[in-house]
Amino acid sequence: MIIISNVHKRFGPKQVLKGINLKIYDGESLVILGPSGCGKSVLLKHIIGLMKPDSGQVIIDGEDVTNFDQKRLDALRMRMGMLFQSAALFDSLNVEENVAFGLRRHTNMSDRAIHHIVSEKLEMVGLPGTNYLMPSELSGGMRKRVGLARAIAMEPEIILYDEPTTGLDPIMTSAIDELHLSLKERLGVTSIVVTHDLKSAYRVCDRIALHYGGQIVEIGSREDIINSPNPVVQQFIRGEAHGPMTLV
Amino acid sequence: MFLINYFKGLIESLGSMTILFMQTIYWTLNAIKGGRFSAKNLFDQMSRIGVDSLSMVAITGFSTGAVLVVQIGYQFAQMGAQSYVGGVVSLAMARELAPILTSIVVAGRVGSAIAAEIGTMKITEQIDALETMATNPVDYLVVPRFWGCTIMLFMLTIFTNVIGMIGGSIVAIHQIGLTLVAFKDSILHMLLVQDLMGGLFKATIFGAIIAIIGCYKGFTTEGGAEGVGESTTSAVVVSIMMILAVNYFLTVGINNFNTAYLQ
Repeated sequence: MIIISNVHKRFGPKQVLKGINLKIYDGESLVILGPSGCGKSVLLKHIIGLMKPDSGQVIIDGEDVTNFDQKRLDALRMRMGMLFQSAALFDSLNVEENVAFGLRRHTNMSDRAIHHIVSEKLEMVGLPGTNYLMPSELSGGMRKRVGLARAIAMEPEIILYDEPTTGLDPIMTSAIDELHLSLKERLGVTSIVVTHDLKSAYRVCDRIALHYGGQIVEIGSREDIINSPNPVVQQFIRGEAHGPMTLV
Repeated sequence: MFLINYFKGLIESLGSMTILFMQTIYWTLNAIKGGRFSAKNLFDQMSRIGVDSLSMVAITGFSTGAVLVVQIGYQFAQMGAQSYVGGVVSLAMARELAPILTSIVVAGRVGSAIAAEIGTMKITEQIDALETMATNPVDYLVVPRFWGCTIMLFMLTIFTNVIGMIGGSIVAIHQIGLTLVAFKDSILHMLLVQDLMGGLFKATIFGAIIAIIGCYKGFTTEGGAEGVGESTTSAVVVSIMMILAVNYFLTVGINNFNTAYLQ
């Protein structure tokens, strides 16, 4: 279980996280919704240890990871995968080398076994036969899918998705959502998804949290969110420009 | 107030670069100890840094050697000191010109490329991606560039010395009227091994400076394309300033060492 307890984070004069509290249960898929620039990606980076909170705790399986040294943090990261907003593929490596990166650095698998796994993951994300293309030869959507293949290559227990469907066409969005659900069913993966895409969020979520003003203003099942009386929630899900939620 | 902030920033940057250097040494030893040191990555960097700089370094070395002979050759000839031309040119090249000019050329070509590459990786979250895959960016990015640059500066400086001598000898023979044998004898008579080694030692240190500053500027890149541009320019400017400043202290140190132990 992941527990985020009273996490604060400030960048200069801007307080991005103002005492976030959140519990993510094993095997669940939690979607974090929120307006642009509210700190959703910052929250993900705290969970994987890329950022340290000014105060508060991030507890994973009973241990506060904010106090982890590099070695323990690396061991934790081997259990996690992250899909970045921009895919963050390594420009100088081809698709196969990108997807195989973790396997090559942290396992003793043969080249043949690694190639097999890479091809399997690429097929899962709908990109068979793209092993030797360079990232510069891929479209935005293809880059994102390669990023997802890289995130799942080590078969992690926890996957963090930072806007996984942004820039994808509706069919590919649906395919990514199905892949997400199948990983959850097959491997019992815990997923935390940051997105703006309500349709995709409703499809993959067990619970949805709305992040606004540095805090979680609402959390619950899809129905709880849709029927929430909170005007901030209603404004967000209806996509209205005017209301209690101010534009950043 | 502006000056105080400027010097505060300068000291902070120097401190951060020193920490980056220490981390590079730590991760190098760690990689060797763990049997993870990638010779392939090192050779890739050596090729990109060294082999790809050969033509620029060759032109610089040849031109410098040739111009030096033109500048001093006629003066020496008027004083009847032609026999010193080869020796003086080789001394100037070996002690100062070859390491300094090679380093400046490499700082412009390689230091900027390192800063741009790592800076782009920083703003496109590739550095974060490395960390999420339990890979230390210093281990993966800095170590091969640091050793590639350090080793290749040493080798490129040898190359510059040789090319400079060739350039100088051609001008000495065709314009000053010296013979090849006289030019060569002059070099052998005046140039000592410690002169060559001192220059090569300096070049090696300059290689380390270029790599560390390039990587540091890359890691501290912020913003978008504009940030990468600023880092790239800054990497070159700071590297050259640092090379020139450090050169003075290295020269004094090497001279003192030679005086104390080799004469």
